[in-house]
Amino acid sequence: MPRRRGAGAPRVCYIGAHAIEARRRPRAGAARGSLRADPPDENLCFKTEGLTKVYGSGPSAVHALRGVDLAIPERELVVLLGASGSGKSTLLNILGGLDRPTSGRLLFRGQDLTNASQRELTLYRRRHVGFVFQFYNLMPSLTARENVALVTEIADDPIPPEEALALVGLEHRLDHFPSQLSGGEQQRVAIARAIAKRPSVLLCDEPTGALDSATGVRVLEALQNVNETMHATTLLITHNASVADIAHRVITFSDGHVREERLNAVRKRPSELSW
Amino acid sequence: MRLFSLPRWLAPLDRKLLRDLFAMRGQALAIAFVIAGGVSVHLVAAGLLSSLEETRRAYYERYRFADLWAPLVRAPNGLIDEIRRIEGVQAAETRVRVQALFDMPGMEEPATGEVFSLPDGAEPSVNQIVLLRGRLPQSGRRDEAVVLESFANAHGLDIGDTVDATIYGGRERITIVGIALSPEHVYAIAPGQLVPDDRLFGVLWMSRSALAEAVNQDGAFNEAVVRLGYGANEAAVRNALDALLEPYGAPGAYGRDEHISDAFISSEIDQLRTMGSVLPPIFLAVAAFLVNVVISRLVATERTEIGLMKAFGYTDAAVVAHYLKAVGIIGVVGLAIGATLGIRLGQLLASVYTEYYRFPLFVFQPNARGLVVVTAITAVAVGGGAAFAVRRAATIAPAEAMRPPPPPDYSKALGARVTSLPFLDQQTRMILRQIVRFPLRAAFTSIGVAVSGALLIGTLFALDAIEEMIDVYFNVANRYDVQVSFVEPRSRSAYFELLSAPGVLGGEPYRAVPVKLRHRHLEEQMRLMGVPVDSRLARMIDVEGRPVELRPGGIVLSQDIAEKLAVTTGETLTVAVTEGRRPVLDVPVAAVAMTYIGSGAYMPIDDVNALLREGPVVSGANLLVDSARTNALYAELKAQPAVAGVVLQRAAQRNFTDLMDQNLGMAIWVYTIFAGLIAIGVVYNSVRISFSERQRELASLRVLGFSRREVSYILLGEIAFLTLLALPIGGLLGTGLAWSLSRAMSSELFRVPFVIDPPTYGYAALVVIVVTAVSGLLVRRQLDRMELVAVLKSAD
Repeated sequence: MPRRRGAGAPRVCYIGAHAIEARRRPRAGAARGSLRADPPDENLCFKTEGLTKVYGSGPSAVHALRGVDLAIPERELVVLLGASGSGKSTLLNILGGLDRPTSGRLLFRGQDLTNASQRELTLYRRRHVGFVFQFYNLMPSLTARENVALVTEIADDPIPPEEALALVGLEHRLDHFPSQLSGGEQQRVAIARAIAKRPSVLLCDEPTGALDSATGVRVLEALQNVNETMHATTLLITHNASVADIAHRVITFSDGHVREERLNAVRKRPSELSW
Repeated sequence: MRLFSLPRWLAPLDRKLLRDLFAMRGQALAIAFVIAGGVSVHLVAAGLLSSLEETRRAYYERYRFADLWAPLVRAPNGLIDEIRRIEGVQAAETRVRVQALFDMPGMEEPATGEVFSLPDGAEPSVNQIVLLRGRLPQSGRRDEAVVLESFANAHGLDIGDTVDATIYGGRERITIVGIALSPEHVYAIAPGQLVPDDRLFGVLWMSRSALAEAVNQDGAFNEAVVRLGYGANEAAVRNALDALLEPYGAPGAYGRDEHISDAFISSEIDQLRTMGSVLPPIFLAVAAFLVNVVISRLVATERTEIGLMKAFGYTDAAVVAHYLKAVGIIGVVGLAIGATLGIRLGQLLASVYTEYYRFPLFVFQPNARGLVVVTAITAVAVGGGAAFAVRRAATIAPAEAMRPPPPPDYSKALGARVTSLPFLDQQTRMILRQIVRFPLRAAFTSIGVAVSGALLIGTLFALDAIEEMIDVYFNVANRYDVQVSFVEPRSRSAYFELLSAPGVLGGEPYRAVPVKLRHRHLEEQMRLMGVPVDSRLARMIDVEGRPVELRPGGIVLSQDIAEKLAVTTGETLTVAVTEGRRPVLDVPVAAVAMTYIGSGAYMPIDDVNALLREGPVVSGANLLVDSARTNALYAELKAQPAVAGVVLQRAAQRNFTDLMDQNLGMAIWVYTIFAGLIAIGVVYNSVRISFSERQRELASLRVLGFSRREVSYILLGEIAFLTLLALPIGGLLGTGLAWSLSRAMSSELFRVPFVIDPPTYGYAALVVIVVTAVSGLLVRRQLDRMELVAVLKSAD
């Protein structure tokens, strides 16, 4: 199967009602926000303007983000690609309220998160964000069900832990401890835990990075399923370019910039991916 | 963080070691301080012990301190040759020794004391004095004396000053010609007292001929003092001495164990020995546990590094040596802190000692053997603690070590059912499962905290016990304000005269007589007190704190005496009076009473008078005094030639309380700090380790939207739970410790009651809780600074 990487001529595709053009962007912030048909702001989940992030200072400063402008509509499944250190994880952390930008603006559903306090960010994470990491970060002392319950106990309108686990195909492993689950199963528990609060956004940082291909496919299916049934805007970082084919939108990072943003005209199911 | 650069010649592994230690400096220091606690207590105890023993030995040797004292009424000087001929006697001296009252300018109360004779124109061969300043009194000069330094200092007396004294009924004005110390008055204390009062107790030395003339002992003596030859049989010499001197009114010789000053030093030495043998093992055991926990954790976090080291070709031995070096450094730092602290503390305590124990020179000498012993014990304890953890490091296969460990298995933990109870929230469930999963570690943590609480109770209890001793002794048993003793037994009318003295509200007479109590082959020499049957001012108290009723025809004994004589209530013992006509009588034991301070044997005064076949004779009186008119009474007493001694209960109580507040207070502080060190060592390390082990979980929770407070709950909830669990355990352990200390610290002089006031438990619990809270907050700060993303994205 030929790879559909966002190169060459701009393509137009339709997602919902919005026509979006994907094209190669110029470097370093020139012609900012020049997408032909930006979705109206009220339909945006995230909007960033000139987002930068610098770690450290002086000669040893690391510029992780060098001015990122993005508009991510609600309900999309977005795949972030890019080499290590290209800035995708930094962006994800900032979008998830784990980190603050050095400059620029971040809007979540029109609400400015740029200068939110730690407490506000904690609340934001608690209400809106589901995280899935490469290393599952489950509580080893809690069973699958209890790991999910950990979140549902503090969420406003959660789905029951059992249901969340059923959504990821783990209804038969409710009372198993992490030590009794395979890697893929642990990752699916992590996804169930992330979605049980009905998050507005689901942020996944290499969720399949530690998994073999068959297991990885199951995890991606679970994520896609969640995106489709629960309508959570899903951002997924991966090193595996073929995973991009399941996304609505693919954003490629390079050296702290968005190098390319494209929309998939045709999306594949995870089972159709060549790993 | 890079605070210092390491020298180039350091091997890479050693650089890693130092950086690792620096990274875990908090925990390392906590362990080092616990080690330091054990080391310093041991050094203080061992150092003071050897310093005190050595100083006493040298002092006694140099100034020829007596082994036996044989008081008597009056014997001719010529008897000295016979005394010297007794087998085993190396040196003997006769002397005149009398009680005296001092009327000190500017002081209302009468000071009591003693006057000793010094041989004319020669140094005594036994019980020499240390003349600090001035000269000895000239022979025959009744107006010259050398004074004990502590009394001189308390009154600002200097050479050339005068003292008014009532000696044997005669008023003398005496000029101070010298100031001295004496091995007989290292702990300068009036008979029947517990705490020295330099103002109220004085000692003078006068020329033999002058004093003999003043007290009607011309050509005679009333005390013989004897030094024994090497290997001499003390009991045999004593018997020979008693046989020789009995015709001269000798009640029986006594040895150093009954010499008040030396008995106090011995009691102190025993207590130091107890302190040195009980506390350091506790500290070092806790340190061993901490080292084990911390090194285990270090090894666990360094799995990958260990695998790598081995993959590079480092041998198992090198890996083991690497971690043992870390432990060794902690141990050495602990030893260094402990040694410094121990020596400083020893010097400080030594200076406190010199306030109470008057030696010509008392210097705290760190005990070199003690240092070697404690170093060896520390090495064994700490090395032993590390052994298991380090062995584990050596046995990990490199390939296995470099893979991240699988998640710990909680599925088979005991008590899973309890922790699965549906009403628990997940955070609480995590806390409980952590405890249930690692029960041994939880148990050790709890026990460690409990030990620190126990240590606090064990030391604070001393305050309760002493308060109880004071209360019972002064407020229940001996409720008089002033005890007056006469130079010689006098008729009841003398007592009635005292009753009519100004300020006296009431009183009771007493008759004291030296006796030997015998039961089977056992014999105790003591003073039998005759008091009124319904005495309200001088009573014996039973175990429940109730006064023991005196009944005619019976004797009441203090428990220690009853134990020594192996006699119980209802049995009969023989009372042999050792003065006057020396009557002997069999008397049933009416009751056995508790006395915390001193020993006692009480009988109704009428029985004692009858036993002595004398009329209603009294030795003195216990008086209740109007506190507003004490000065008038004191003036009267100072003017009475018949009065030989005056005991002021309020002053005695105040001295006792001062001693408790100042010195015990300091000791309690030191122990509180030590106990706190243990608590900090255990709690801080537990929380810190828990933190580093669960960092990923805690970060996950933060990411999931849990607030800092909610996340802290998981981290600190566990230690809070274990601390709560530790409180009752600590209470029990502390009670046990207090009980054993009350046994260990009791001596001939006093018995430490086993009494713990409820607030003591509360205070100990409070200290433990505060220490836990502070340790928790310290770690919480690290929680706040945690880099969420970095933690979560690491493989572990």
